[in-house]
Amino acid sequence: MDYNWNWAIFGELSPDGVNTYWQMLLSGLGWTLATSLAGWAMALLLGTLVGVARTLPQRWLRLVAGGYVELFRNVPLLVQMFLWFFVVPELLPRAAGDWLKALPQAPFVTAVVCLGFFTSARVAVQVAAGIDALAGGQAQAALALGLTRGQAYRHVLLPLAVRIVLPPLTSEFLNIIKNSSVALTIGLVELTASARAIQEFSFQVFEAYTAATVLYVLVNLVVTAGMHAVERRLALPGTLGKY
Amino acid sequence: MDFDFDVIRRSWADVLLTGMTFTIKLTALAMLGGVALGTLLALARLSGFRPLALLAATYVNLIRAVPLVLVIFWFYFLVPYVAAWAIGAQEPVRVGAFWSALITFTLFQAAYYSEIMRGGIQAIPRGQLDAAQALGMRYWQCMGHVVLPQALRNMLPVLLTQTIVLFQDVSLVYVLSVPDFVGAAARVAQRDGRLVEMYSFVAVVYFLMCCALSAVVRRLQRTREASR
Repeated sequence: MDYNWNWAIFGELSPDGVNTYWQMLLSGLGWTLATSLAGWAMALLLGTLVGVARTLPQRWLRLVAGGYVELFRNVPLLVQMFLWFFVVPELLPRAAGDWLKALPQAPFVTAVVCLGFFTSARVAVQVAAGIDALAGGQAQAALALGLTRGQAYRHVLLPLAVRIVLPPLTSEFLNIIKNSSVALTIGLVELTASARAIQEFSFQVFEAYTAATVLYVLVNLVVTAGMHAVERRLALPGTLGKY
Repeated sequence: MDFDFDVIRRSWADVLLTGMTFTIKLTALAMLGGVALGTLLALARLSGFRPLALLAATYVNLIRAVPLVLVIFWFYFLVPYVAAWAIGAQEPVRVGAFWSALITFTLFQAAYYSEIMRGGIQAIPRGQLDAAQALGMRYWQCMGHVVLPQALRNMLPVLLTQTIVLFQDVSLVYVLSVPDFVGAAARVAQRDGRLVEMYSFVAVVYFLMCCALSAVVRRLQRTREASR
């Protein structure tokens, strides 16, 4: 069984006549990063809010937050992607739905919203666990000092909890980068989709997927190194993280 | 907007029975294969033979760095070539969607299961191994009779949680146009132009099944903690 290796394929012009295959791959990488970063921003914000809600004394708030997490955790990401892309525009008032479907970057917007909600449920679990891991005295001391509950969270609990949950948040960040590939099912031409397109146009299966794999691994390494630096900078003096 | 939820009644046998059977079969077989292979990978990573440990670590870290969709494409094209090479055929071998998907998910999940099993093995007190060796057991006897059964037992809830993730991930075989639960529903949805109804149906079924499964895992965990 022979396979005709041809790494020079990436320098060749793709069927669109403008870009080389290499440029196609890089554009895919760009969409992967843009989708992941925008989704991550949304997930951090929503996830922190829901995570905090899970630790509040109000029972109904905790229940709502728990339901939120269960909802986004128990439906496969692919199905959620289809719900946001095919179902939500139909459920909205006609004008809003048509506007959504006509957006020039509808797959990108949908993917960001979908990944944002999906990942926020995971972030919420981590944030709540981080707050729960703090000694109960922290919250009581903050309240005893006369801080309101909001101030206690903002100035005492969250800054401490964030440092505890940085490692799991790094994994979630790596996950959202990988998960963004599911958006190819709704037509977003991110990195995996670009590799598949290159393979379909050029028949160079192994070169296309190898290049995509190498890029994913590189992004992984950069993110891991970056988060490591953040972790080191934020480590609390006097804990095992700081030496 | 007019909805026609009757489409679910008309197609449920095809979608829910045939599609879901495919999904569950793939999940169950990939779990068994993945746990078995993952345990071997974990043992390889913990082995004193450095090259083997390095090879296993590279495999696990590589698989975990790449999205599942990309891995699905990789194996979809790789498996026919490897099969042709193995049996000395001239042309890539047609493997079929089910086998291709099963091999993909087994190899992919093995990397994740192996990390769970590695944690489980490392949590076994050193004295257990020493005692087994003192009884005259060889390496595989120590592992097979003393270490692995305990590791497997301790990690059961985590392994099951990972299996729920696998059950959801199997939906991604959609990209191979395989008639799993989502694939079968998508076919009906596109044929009848009933995307809203079919995809909502799929979401509800997944939601209920995964909630039930997680409840079982939670209960298992509670009874184990109580009995400890």
